[in-house]
Amino acid sequence: MLAFTVRRLLLAILTIWVISVLAFAIIQLPPGDFVTAYIAQLSASGASVSEAEAVSLRELYGLGQPFYVQYAKWIVRVIAGDFGVSMEWNRPVGEVIGDRLWLTMLISFAALILIWGLALPIGIYSAVRQYSIGDYLFTLIGFIGLAVPNFLLALVVMYLSFRFFGANVGGLFSSEYELAGWSWDKVVDLIKHLPLPAIILALGGTAQLIRIMRANLLDELRRPYVVTARAKGIPEYRVILKYPVRAALNPFASTVAYLFPYLVSGSVIISIVLSLPTVGPLLVRSLISQDMFLAGTIVLLLGALTVVGTFISDLVLMWVDPRIRHQLD
Amino acid sequence: MVEPRAPGSPILSVRDLKTYFQLDEGIVRAVDGVSFDVQAGRTLGIVGESGCGKSITARSILGIVDKPGRIVGGEIWLRRGADQPVDLATLPANSAAMRAVRGKEIALIFQEPMASFSHYYTVGNQIIEAIREHSDATPRQARDRAIALLDTVGVPQPERRIDEYPFQLSGGLRQRVMIAMALACDPRVLIADEPTTALDVTTQAQILDLLRGLQQQRGLALILITHDMGVIAEMADDVVVMYLGRAVEKGKVDAIFHAPRHPYTRALLRSIPSIMAAPRTKLATLGGSIPHPFNRPAGCPFHPRCDAFMTGVCDRAVPAALAGPDGSEVSCFLYGERP
Ligand SMILES: Nc1ncnc2c1ncn2[C@@H]1O[C@H](COP(=O)(O)OP(=O)(O)OP(=O)(O)O)[C@@H](O)[C@H]1O
Ligand code: SF4
Ligand SMILES: [Mg+2]
Repeated sequence: MLAFTVRRLLLAILTIWVISVLAFAIIQLPPGDFVTAYIAQLSASGASVSEAEAVSLRELYGLGQPFYVQYAKWIVRVIAGDFGVSMEWNRPVGEVIGDRLWLTMLISFAALILIWGLALPIGIYSAVRQYSIGDYLFTLIGFIGLAVPNFLLALVVMYLSFRFFGANVGGLFSSEYELAGWSWDKVVDLIKHLPLPAIILALGGTAQLIRIMRANLLDELRRPYVVTARAKGIPEYRVILKYPVRAALNPFASTVAYLFPYLVSGSVIISIVLSLPTVGPLLVRSLISQDMFLAGTIVLLLGALTVVGTFISDLVLMWVDPRIRHQLD
Repeated sequence: MVEPRAPGSPILSVRDLKTYFQLDEGIVRAVDGVSFDVQAGRTLGIVGESGCGKSITARSILGIVDKPGRIVGGEIWLRRGADQPVDLATLPANSAAMRAVRGKEIALIFQEPMASFSHYYTVGNQIIEAIREHSDATPRQARDRAIALLDTVGVPQPERRIDEYPFQLSGGLRQRVMIAMALACDPRVLIADEPTTALDVTTQAQILDLLRGLQQQRGLALILITHDMGVIAEMADDVVVMYLGRAVEKGKVDAIFHAPRHPYTRALLRSIPSIMAAPRTKLATLGGSIPHPFNRPAGCPFHPRCDAFMTGVCDRAVPAALAGPDGSEVSCFLYGERP
């Protein structure tokens, strides 16, 4: 158990490290160094930078030194919470990102909960009533869900709601809350806006997970321990929910490991379509305008949070599987 | 010690039971007209090669045949003291009446103790569940009863073992726990479906001893399913020999061993290596292979492998069961009328 946890933890740290190198590579990507670009940007807007200031900036970022020195200087500052300055906004990156990071995670998490909430009962139904009309129907809907990319779905939903309800479904807040500080009413407003993007984001994953749950459960339903439970005289629904469903739940829940990153990146795309105040639109804009500290930070934070989420789910899964729990202690 | 009941008042009477699987490729006649009686305090051995329908017979009795399997004919009479006997074959599989029989009046022990337990729950949880399903016991009472049961079946340190998971136990202990679970509600009929096949020789003997002891203490009617004639010799009072879903010979164990009549029974007996030398050896010397379920031979189903095959007789009609002395029966054209 301990060894398992340590192994997973090391793996998570390693992954985050790789992501950070990648993020820094993105920052380094544009031709010329950052300070030159920064100075050019400032002078374009009329301000000027003194020679002394430029030198101290070069010193701070370690420009002209090898990649790993620059990386080390950068990562030390990042760990201290200083992500650099956004050139486009001329403000610290942390400030620019603001709530957007959490909103991104919130939408992805809401989609995840929705996926589980839908795929679990439908998967159970489809397995227990294999080849029933309902099973075929869900299979059909599922394939459509898999085949339609979610940005397309987002566009269709936008169009339909605009066309028939005259409503703009974009955004996560009503206009009166958009710029307001956090309050209870704003949270309620957010909760009201959350379902639509969550549903759009969840559709493909739900279809996938229904297939996974159905296949796992069909497999478990044939196992001898199910016959044992039936032979005890327990009602059929309890036999199924307590035994094969429990067994099928573990591989089902562990899909979070690959589903979550997929949702986070999916949210980036549909956020652009639905103009949600997540990091998605920000990321795309920063890449276009070569606002590299902003882009690199977004990639780093999204990646790190995803890894942390996966790590936590790994631990929970391990804890709920008695075989792993007992073999390893 | 419970007094064995007088012969002639069986607890369970199976009559012409037929359980078929309707597949796309055709019908599998897994059980095709089997009849037998089970008495309190006695052991009925059901023996036959792999795939002859032993397990499906057991499951049919409890109404837990997997789809697309279905009981398509016959009767399964369960007698309850002074009450009217009930035909289990007529009870819907998920009815409360059928569930009240499962585990409570007829309990089942399985071949693979590893696969037959769920590994997500402790053994205690799985035993207590059976106790509470059929009684008003509080969780506390049910737990005490489960510990007592584990003690009865010879599980050491039952207070500790009850909270362990099946994968933490040895094969022999798992099978003991399985027996404890089957006894949870004091059933009158116990069906043991190859209870020792997955165990090593020493453990096998211990489990058989345990079953015999429990049967004597509790006056259980025991149905012991096996493909091992050695186990039959050691345990059974009465024997049913099955082949391709049919009972080809029935009789008292002495008669079966000393004067086997059906050529298949004789072949089975010849195939015992030597008494108990290597009980897990399968029926090696039995010539030919079991026909595919879709290719059931015409006439006597055993005829392609029979050393007493009579051309023009055995391949033309199915031999009917011929009653003999002492409730014995044989289905073979060597005896009785020929077509
Ligand atoms: N789910 C199923 N679908 C189709 N056919 C089945 C199914 N279960 C069992 N059968 C068929 O029923 C027949 C009898 O099976 P059964 O399990 O009763 O054999 P058995 O005598 O218990 O054999 P073994 O000694 O291997 O346990 C076999 O021919 C098998 O092919
Ligand atoms: S009926 Fe014929 S083929 Fe069948 S067992 Fe008897 S002798 Fe053999
Ligand atoms: Mg079997």
